Amino acid sequence: MNDKESGLAYWRSNIAYVKVSLVIWALVSFGFGILLRPMLSVIPVGGTDLGFWFAQQGSILVFLALIFVYATMMNTLDRKHGVHED
Amino acid sequence: MDQQTLNFIFVGATFALYIGIAFWARAATTGEFYAAGRGVHPITNGMATAADWMSAASFISMAGLIAFVGYDNSSFLMGWTGGYVLLAMLLAPYLRKFGKYTVPEFVGDRFYSTTARMVAVICLIVASVTYVIGQMTGVGVTFARFLEVDSATGLYIGAVVVFFYAVLGGMKGITYTQVAQYVVLITAYTIPAIFISLELTGNFLPQMGLFGTHQASGTPLLVRLDQVLADIGFASYTGHHTNTLNMVLFTLSLMIGTAGLPHVIVRFFTVPKVADARWSAGWALVFIALLYTVAPAVGAMARLNIVDTIYPNGVQGESLSYEDMKSKPEYAWMVNWEKTGLLKFEDKNGDGKIQYYNEKSDKMTALAAEKGWQGNELVKFDRDILVLANPEIANLPGWVIAIVAAGGLAAALSTAAGLLLAISSAISHDLIKGAINPNISEKGELLAARISMAVAIAVATWLGLNPPGFAAQTVALAFGIAAASIFPALMMGIFSTRINNSGAIAGMLSGLIFTVVYIFIFKGWFFIPGTNWLPDTADNWLFGISPLSIGSVGAGINFLVAYFVSRATADVPEEIRELVESIRIPRGAGQATDH
Repeated sequence: MNDKESGLAYWRSNIAYVKVSLVIWALVSFGFGILLRPMLSVIPVGGTDLGFWFAQQGSILVFLALIFVYATMMNTLDRKHGVHED
Repeated sequence: MDQQTLNFIFVGATFALYIGIAFWARAATTGEFYAAGRGVHPITNGMATAADWMSAASFISMAGLIAFVGYDNSSFLMGWTGGYVLLAMLLAPYLRKFGKYTVPEFVGDRFYSTTARMVAVICLIVASVTYVIGQMTGVGVTFARFLEVDSATGLYIGAVVVFFYAVLGGMKGITYTQVAQYVVLITAYTIPAIFISLELTGNFLPQMGLFGTHQASGTPLLVRLDQVLADIGFASYTGHHTNTLNMVLFTLSLMIGTAGLPHVIVRFFTVPKVADARWSAGWALVFIALLYTVAPAVGAMARLNIVDTIYPNGVQGESLSYEDMKSKPEYAWMVNWEKTGLLKFEDKNGDGKIQYYNEKSDKMTALAAEKGWQGNELVKFDRDILVLANPEIANLPGWVIAIVAAGGLAAALSTAAGLLLAISSAISHDLIKGAINPNISEKGELLAARISMAVAIAVATWLGLNPPGFAAQTVALAFGIAAASIFPALMMGIFSTRINNSGAIAGMLSGLIFTVVYIFIFKGWFFIPGTNWLPDTADNWLFGISPLSIGSVGAGINFLVAYFVSRATADVPEEIRELVESIRIPRGAGQATDH
């Protein structure tokens, strides 16, 4: 694999990671927190329902996990394609 | 020791700390002034970013906004945190690799156009100036209430402190003072929340307490809250009562607006490597989440505390009398806040008791007629006082009140400093070095940066002293502009090699003009009262989309226009394609440090 091909493969993997992450990002906030809340209302959480918990707590925790998982995966990818620093 | 002395000690000690840091972290070069020499550790930068981002709005206003609306205002929580996912994945690492000093500089280079750079400068200045007014008024209000100095004097003291560390230290001084300010503000925010959560639910973690059991009644806290609100005619706290499309678009606008705010983006220019920019966005969100997961608990618990204070014997029983309010020490906070005009009671039916209920509810109108009530007597409860009054409402010790005062000031000052830096570097680096005098020496540019900073502080102080009546509404403008113009331009510049100069300029201008015009139609042209074409109510909004939510539609227009105009005009030159390809690869960001 030459540099150009490796560069393209690196970018394609990055885009794939970003796409999956953003689907989850939208699902927990706009999905569970707002649009799908009526469906989640059957699951009770402390005096209210799961949708309310996602809107006020859960989505933020998932956002955190997403960024750290993405940063870890990108570090591995950087090394695999030899584009890392240090 | 009396309360005021305590307040002076806490605020004075934190101010002395900020000035001490300023002397230690002076900037000697433009690299240090604009980007802290790119030597900031990702965790340190994360903490500084959290303080930079969390303004008077997050610290003082947000819990109040949630308390009086409930679930429907969850948009603020998701919107102001979700933007960091976009920053970490779509902007921060690539802009760090690009390795320059300002956001307009990237726009100008990537779209090979000084016009594009100047459009970005204008967007940046309008968004940042409107944002800074709110911080300065926040400083004035906090001083006036807690230190009982005149709010103008408070504003001058705040301005002098910011002047010291921002003009001397630039980004370097600002970064390290922001770290100290973060510690102050998060302590100030969480201590009262922990006390209140323990008192109401027995759980010391407010995040758990919110979903815990209300000890006095034995029912879940949120069930209890919904009940007492229903009893006095208010809509349920946990229910969804607004337009769903608008809630989605409002959340989205806050997310992409957050990612597009220049003073937040430039913080990621200060870390050594591309990988650090990704980590740093994660750490920033860790530090932000510490406040943002507590805020909804603060809101719900304060709302319950307010109802319980006015109805000490339950909502069906006798309510608080005006005599008790004026004589008993546990109600002193009501008297104190009434003096500021932000809280107001009025004995409308002259029975000596406070009636607090929703006048618009049919059930309550009937009950009021029966009991001889003449209307709701809690005439005004400004949402901004909720967090500041919270420790007093819950009868917490004096030092907690003092630390909340210091925390409110830390939140306002740290954001003001970040905004002022973004404004001054746009003037000295983009306008003076980029357009007017490209041959300016490093020393000359550093001096120009310091002078622009000093002028920006003077202007911000003046605007804080004479806040235009529209200060609160302009926040919509700042987010709308960042969402509709800056974010799409940056994202397309990185993720597409096909968007050219004409596409980007046309996109930014159409997104900007659409958003600003939509806001002006409902809020008045240039916010001049009475010049709005349509009343600012949900029935008049296009598809129920409020002016606060329109930024995401503006962003969509920006993307579409940029795409079609780029297709119809000349291709992107080869060297720009190479530039885009190089910013996608982390290697080499260290070398790009000095230029």
